[in-house]
Amino acid sequence: MNLYEVASKVDARILTPTLDLSREVYCAYGADLLSDVLAFTRPHTLLLTGLFNLQVVRTAEVAELAGIIVVRGKTVDQSLLDLACASRIPILQTKLTMFESCGRLYQVGMLPCSKDVECVNNVCHPM
Amino acid sequence: MSATLCKKEFYVQKFDFQHAGKAASDVRKLLMDYGYEQQLVRRVAIAAYEAEMNMVIHGQGGTLALEIDFEYIQLVAEDNGPGIPNLQLAMQEGYSTAGDEIREIGFGAGMGLPNINRCVDFLGIQNKPQGGTIVTMQVSLGAEK
Ligand SMILES: Nc1ncnc2c1ncn2[C@@H]1O[C@H](COP(=O)(O)OP(=O)(O)OP(=O)(O)O)[C@@H](O)[C@H]1O
Ligand SMILES: [Mg+2]
Repeated sequence: MNLYEVASKVDARILTPTLDLSREVYCAYGADLLSDVLAFTRPHTLLLTGLFNLQVVRTAEVAELAGIIVVRGKTVDQSLLDLACASRIPILQTKLTMFESCGRLYQVGMLPCSKDVECVNNVCHPM
Repeated sequence: MSATLCKKEFYVQKFDFQHAGKAASDVRKLLMDYGYEQQLVRRVAIAAYEAEMNMVIHGQGGTLALEIDFEYIQLVAEDNGPGIPNLQLAMQEGYSTAGDEIREIGFGAGMGLPNINRCVDFLGIQNKPQGGTIVTMQVSLGAEK
């Protein structure tokens, strides 16, 4: 699934339209604690979070995440979007809750960031 | 004797959440420009970011120094804070003294130091007698972790 398809599954708006969302994403992680994100994600993981500050973008950048879905329709500042564009981290925004967003993506085959997922070069691929 | 390929220092301000993470991001870009492999860059960047955030949140600000040698990439985070009174406790997953305001912005899981430990090949933490902490991190080049 690429991020355009992800966006349609969770009724999300794409807040960084200039970034390319066509790369496939296989696994996702939902958290509001950034050190957990750094500890438990792999490169090119999709992050679902209730956070909408600059640190979430920085975290995505150092962890090489595929993109961020900001849940529960929180308002995202222009400064965050500017940083996201500069760091090439796509930002999606949905009115859905964390639970429903994760549930919908799980239902259509998005994988958790677990160790059983086969990883080539530490990037997740479906088994 | 080993030769230094690159030496750079980044300044980190306490509680400056506008710029927090910029040093780690700059370190990451520099390593990518040098052409190091993705996994190695990611490990160094995550260690740099956790150490930087600890200086912003707990350490009253400080400096993050990057040094690249033939054998390793070294990061030294030196701050002006109170030091870490109980290192053993601080290294435990889940231990944090961060307050609610810090948790609201996504930090304070008590995972930062354990994350650094997982990412690097050598981690040394020292408290300065006059106060402040020196966190030394090294990632070996040529060896897989
Ligand atoms: N540079 C520092 N100066 C003073 N105390 C520190 C410093 N770094 C860490 N500590 C102490 O060690 C504890 C654990 O640090 P650690 O980075 O593991 O977790 P955290 O910063 O609280 O949360 P997280 O990193 O998950 O956001 C901190 O809560 C703090 O009490
Ligand atoms: Mg920390």
